[in-house]
Amino acid sequence: MSDELLYSETEEELRAAVADLLAARAPWAAVLARTESSEPYDADLWKALGAGIGAAGLLVPEELGGSGASLREAAVVAEELGKAVAPVPFLGNLTATALLMALPDTDDRLRLAAGGEQTIAVAVPFSTLPGNGRRNTVSVTPWPPRDDVREARLTGRVTSVADALPADVLIVPADGSLYAVRAADVRRTPVTSLDMTRVLCDLELEDSPGELLAIGYSALDEALTVAAAVLASEQLGLAERCLSLTVEYVKTRHQFGRAIGSYQGLKHRLAQLWVQIAQARAVARHAVSAKGEERAIAVAVAQAHCSVVAVQAAEECVQMHGGIGFTWEHPAHLYLKRAKSASLAFGTAARHRGRLAELVGLPVS
Amino acid sequence: MPTLTTPHDLENRIHEFLAAHDPLAMEEREFLRNRFDAGLAWLHYPPGLGGQSLPRDLQPVAEKVFADAGAPDNDPRRIGIGLGMAAPTILAFGTDEQKKRWLRPLWCGEEVWCQLFSEPGAGSDLAALATRAVRDGDEWIVNGQKVWTSMAHEARWAILVTRTDPDVPKHQGLTYFVLDMTAPGVEVRPLRQITGEAEFNEVFLTDVRIPDDQRLGAVGDGWRVAQTTLMNERVAIGGGTAPRESGMIGVLAETWRNRPEIREPALHDRLMTLWVAAEAARLTAMRLSAQLAAGQPGPEGSAAKYAFATLNQQLSGLELELLGEEGLRYDDWTMRRPDTVDFVGRSPGYRYLRAKGNSIEGGTSEILLNIIAERVLGLPGEIRTDKDVAWKDLAR
Repeated sequence: MSDELLYSETEEELRAAVADLLAARAPWAAVLARTESSEPYDADLWKALGAGIGAAGLLVPEELGGSGASLREAAVVAEELGKAVAPVPFLGNLTATALLMALPDTDDRLRLAAGGEQTIAVAVPFSTLPGNGRRNTVSVTPWPPRDDVREARLTGRVTSVADALPADVLIVPADGSLYAVRAADVRRTPVTSLDMTRVLCDLELEDSPGELLAIGYSALDEALTVAAAVLASEQLGLAERCLSLTVEYVKTRHQFGRAIGSYQGLKHRLAQLWVQIAQARAVARHAVSAKGEERAIAVAVAQAHCSVVAVQAAEECVQMHGGIGFTWEHPAHLYLKRAKSASLAFGTAARHRGRLAELVGLPVS
Repeated sequence: MPTLTTPHDLENRIHEFLAAHDPLAMEEREFLRNRFDAGLAWLHYPPGLGGQSLPRDLQPVAEKVFADAGAPDNDPRRIGIGLGMAAPTILAFGTDEQKKRWLRPLWCGEEVWCQLFSEPGAGSDLAALATRAVRDGDEWIVNGQKVWTSMAHEARWAILVTRTDPDVPKHQGLTYFVLDMTAPGVEVRPLRQITGEAEFNEVFLTDVRIPDDQRLGAVGDGWRVAQTTLMNERVAIGGGTAPRESGMIGVLAETWRNRPEIREPALHDRLMTLWVAAEAARLTAMRLSAQLAAGQPGPEGSAAKYAFATLNQQLSGLELELLGEEGLRYDDWTMRRPDTVDFVGRSPGYRYLRAKGNSIEGGTSEILLNIIAERVLGLPGEIRTDKDVAWKDLAR
């Protein structure tokens, strides 16, 4: 099993392709400039990544036009996207394809997703914890949902949804069932988001036509578990970039006649961060490799650990850059905002520790 | 003798050996000596010195065949310093005569070794050590004090670093010896630690005579020789494939599970935070092992030691808080002389106290963080005022 904790050659090749694309198309200055434009998501970059490199259909079987890859490859893409805080709907689209793959009769939708013709998102608040009982905010007509009623009308509101702005299709949980809804039939209001590189939106459905995908939320829980697993790798990538930016800076910044990286007050904190990141790499790899009952534990561990490490890395990045790190003109704030938001996404570290306690039989009382 | 290439060849060879040397019918020492002479001891050592220059990863294959046959082992925990530190150094720097004299009884467990490096005035800064060796014809006369020496009270031999030239900068004036622990002038005193027991010793050297043919490496080259010893120490720390909830986290989790009456909601999140930290450390050690096996050695070893120390201290501290009144009691303050550390077998108070040593022994946590910062992250080294100064002129 321990080889699963390493990267394969194929994975490293995929990483290199994604890294090259992002270096050319998403330098941080461009990412920053886009946050103040009317197009917070980069459609061209997503096309090159999703359809060009095949990131949109990574999990989709080859016979449906996808790559037939595993979560491990998806995680490598997420690491690179985390390093660049790239504004593309990779994670949301991945969550939605994982959901569709857990359902029967979704080949046509998966084919469109794999070809990059349709981008899909799951309509849940970004903070939703996998496997958690959730509030129902969308109602279905006719009610109750039935297997033989494929066409329905949906009305309600879903707030703080990630990656829905550039989506063509939304998968909407409503009254215990899952529906596919055309994004054009939903009012989408962008939210002024803490993470400027992953802009959320609020959804309003008013008698919006939906096609029944499934009764029950088991595919949704599967998809959210996948999303939480892959997010840990995005957090790893972000933390690695924050550390490398900071290490480079403290080697060149001089105060009191010395590089500030020669002071133990900074050296030891950076070394501790490096230790944390080495651990994040192991737990993130395990989260996207584990199978069966082990997977839920592995994902909870990865989220509980990587959320904390990414935030720590971004906060140290700001602090150790001093004044320049507190300015809008330096990328540190992009990482800080992404890191803190991601630590709330799919449940906070504390929520994952709580879930882990149930999974490993260590109840609170 | 045909060359061994596969694990299967090796197994066959061992079966042939076992057919000729029945471990159940032979005296233990005789069996081990025969195993050494057949080149089936440490396989990666050269022929004639207990091995056959085979890859290290074949060793577990051999150990399994011997264990399955009920063969005695050389009690590796008891001779860990000899196997892990003295032997690789002797192999790298010893003369043919020295290798022949020391390696066989070392491997067979007939002679225990200890390490005389640290001194009261030279801990993290080992190269500052002050134990003096002065040449007297074919001998050296040694005076000084060494500390934190485990097994000194049972050891026949020691590896010893001394200062032979105080007039040059500290790294240049050192010389490495093998010391006969039974020589006149060697005095071993137990060093009692905060747990009450004495795992370690102080060793006082007063006019001890060492023949020059027990020197390892050139005069003045002791630092380089010592680096070989220390690098081999670090190889041993780090990787591993322990099961989930091994060690202290397992003790704590079991206490929580089995004793609902002492559960404290305010401590639960700390427990889970440490559970996650223990699991992260475990997976990181597994990843390190996988990297080593795949021929991609990583610098995670120093990280693993640092993480282990921090984790053990936090876990054992939490355990006492959880236990409340029971945490006020201690199992035994008498001065025991244990050969190994037993974290799980003793009381929570012992775990709390013994874990304090984890961030000091084998490189303090602060030194480990310096190593990571400088060697991994490439940050500037500490400002050193002592590097080019003659040792005798250093402040101490």
